[in-house]
Amino acid sequence: MKVKVRDQQGADHEIEGTIGWTLLEAIRGAGLSVKAECGGTCSCATCHVYIDDAWAGKLPEAAEMEIEMLDLAFDVQENSRLSCQVVLEAELEGLQATLAPGTEE
Amino acid sequence: MNTQPIETGAIIVGAGPTGIFAVFELGLLDIKAHLVDILDRPGGQCTELYPEKPIYDIPGLPIVTGQDLTERLMTQAKPFDPQFHFNEMASKLEKTPDGKWRLTTDAGTVLEAPVVVIAAGGGSFTPKRPPLAGIEGYEGTSVFYAVRRMEDFRGKDVVIAGGGDSALDWTLNLQPLVKSLTLVHHRDGFRAAPDSVNKMKALVEQGAMKFEIANISGLKGADGQLSAVTVKDKDGERDVACDRLLPFFGLTMKLGPVAEFGLNLHENLIPVDTEKFETSTPGIFAIGDINTYPGKVKLILSGFHEAALMAQAAFRYVYPTGKLRFQYTTSSSSLQKKLGVS
Repeated sequence: MKVKVRDQQGADHEIEGTIGWTLLEAIRGAGLSVKAECGGTCSCATCHVYIDDAWAGKLPEAAEMEIEMLDLAFDVQENSRLSCQVVLEAELEGLQATLAPGTEE
Repeated sequence: MNTQPIETGAIIVGAGPTGIFAVFELGLLDIKAHLVDILDRPGGQCTELYPEKPIYDIPGLPIVTGQDLTERLMTQAKPFDPQFHFNEMASKLEKTPDGKWRLTTDAGTVLEAPVVVIAAGGGSFTPKRPPLAGIEGYEGTSVFYAVRRMEDFRGKDVVIAGGGDSALDWTLNLQPLVKSLTLVHHRDGFRAAPDSVNKMKALVEQGAMKFEIANISGLKGADGQLSAVTVKDKDGERDVACDRLLPFFGLTMKLGPVAEFGLNLHENLIPVDTEKFETSTPGIFAIGDINTYPGKVKLILSGFHEAALMAQAAFRYVYPTGKLRFQYTTSSSSLQKKLGVS
C-alpha cells in the first residue's frame, strides 16, 4: 500500500507501507529522517506525526499511553499521533501524514 | 574537583544493561571497572524510557520490566564492586604516555585504565530542546532545562512548559518565589501525579498563577534576554511576558563528546569487529546499541554477547603476560569464589 509523508522540510514523499505494520516502519523503511529513539515502543514521542484530517477519523483512537507520551512531543495538535502506534490497514491506502517538528534525526 | 587519576582495569562509558553486564564479564577475568553515566541511576534507556514496561526477549526471563532487569543486573555485578560515577558525562579521552587511556568527565573525575568500553547506547541523555527559532541564543541566560538554584528564579516572570512531573513539581516549587508563573501545556490533562495537578489548579483558581492550554510557538527578546513567549491555540497566537522559560519535554539521546574521541564513526554508530567488539582504536571497545557491524541487531541480548567477547579481548590489555583461562561459573571454584557463592 502507499502512504504519503511530508518530511520536516516540507517535502512530500509517496512511500510504501505494509498492511499490519506501523506507519513508523514505513517512514523508516523509506529512509526518511525520524528519531524514534525508543525503537517504536511508545516510550519517547520522537516519531510524532500529524495525520491529515481526511484520515484522522479512520484511525482507532489513541490509547491513554500514547496520549500521555504525546506530552513529551512539541506542538501537539488534535491530529497528533505517534507513528509507532499507527497500524496501517487497507482502508488507510493513501494516508497522508506530516512529520512534526523536533522529530528529525 | 578530583584531578588525581583513579586507576582501574576498565572504564565503561554508560551504565545501561550492557555496561552493567560488562562489569560481570570483566569481573570474572579479574578486571575491575568504573562506570560513567550522565543519568543519576543505573539502567540507561531501561530505567529512563520504560522502567515499567515489560521486556519479553531476555533469555530465561519470560517477562521482566526495565527496572527489574536493571536491579537483577546490578545484583549480578555486585560481587565485582563496580564503581559508578553518575550525573557525569564522559567528556574527553586521551592516551597517557604509558599507553593507557585517560578519561575525564565534565565533573572533573579522571579515570585511567588500559581498556575503555563504550556502552553508551543511543548516546548521552540530554533535555529535549523545543524546535523554536533562536532558542539556542537564550539557553543558559533565559532558557533553562533544569533548576540548579531556585533562588535564580526569585522575582522573575517564569513560563514553564510541559505536562509531566518535572513541569508540575517545578511549578509548585517555584510559584511561591517568582513574580509571575505561567504553565503552558497543550491539553488539560497531565502525565504528572494527580495530587500535583490538583495543587496547580488550586493555585490557578486563587489567581496565584496561570495555566495556558496551548503550544509555545515562538520566543521574543534580544541578546539572550527573553521578553515573552508566544503561545498558540485554536484561537490564535498571543504573547506571555516572561524573562525565564523552563521547557520540560523529557530527554533525548545525543552521541555527545564520544563523537570527539577520535574513533571511526558510521552514522553516529561505532563500527567494531565481531570477534572482539573492538573499535578502530586498539584498547577501545564498543558494545550494545552504540556499535555497528554486519548483521547487527539492537537487542539487549546482543549487548550481553558482545560484553562477553569483549572481556576476553580486554584481558590481553589488562594482563599482557597473563594466561587467559576460560572457565564456566557452574564448575569453576575460583569463579565461584569471585562471585562469593562458594
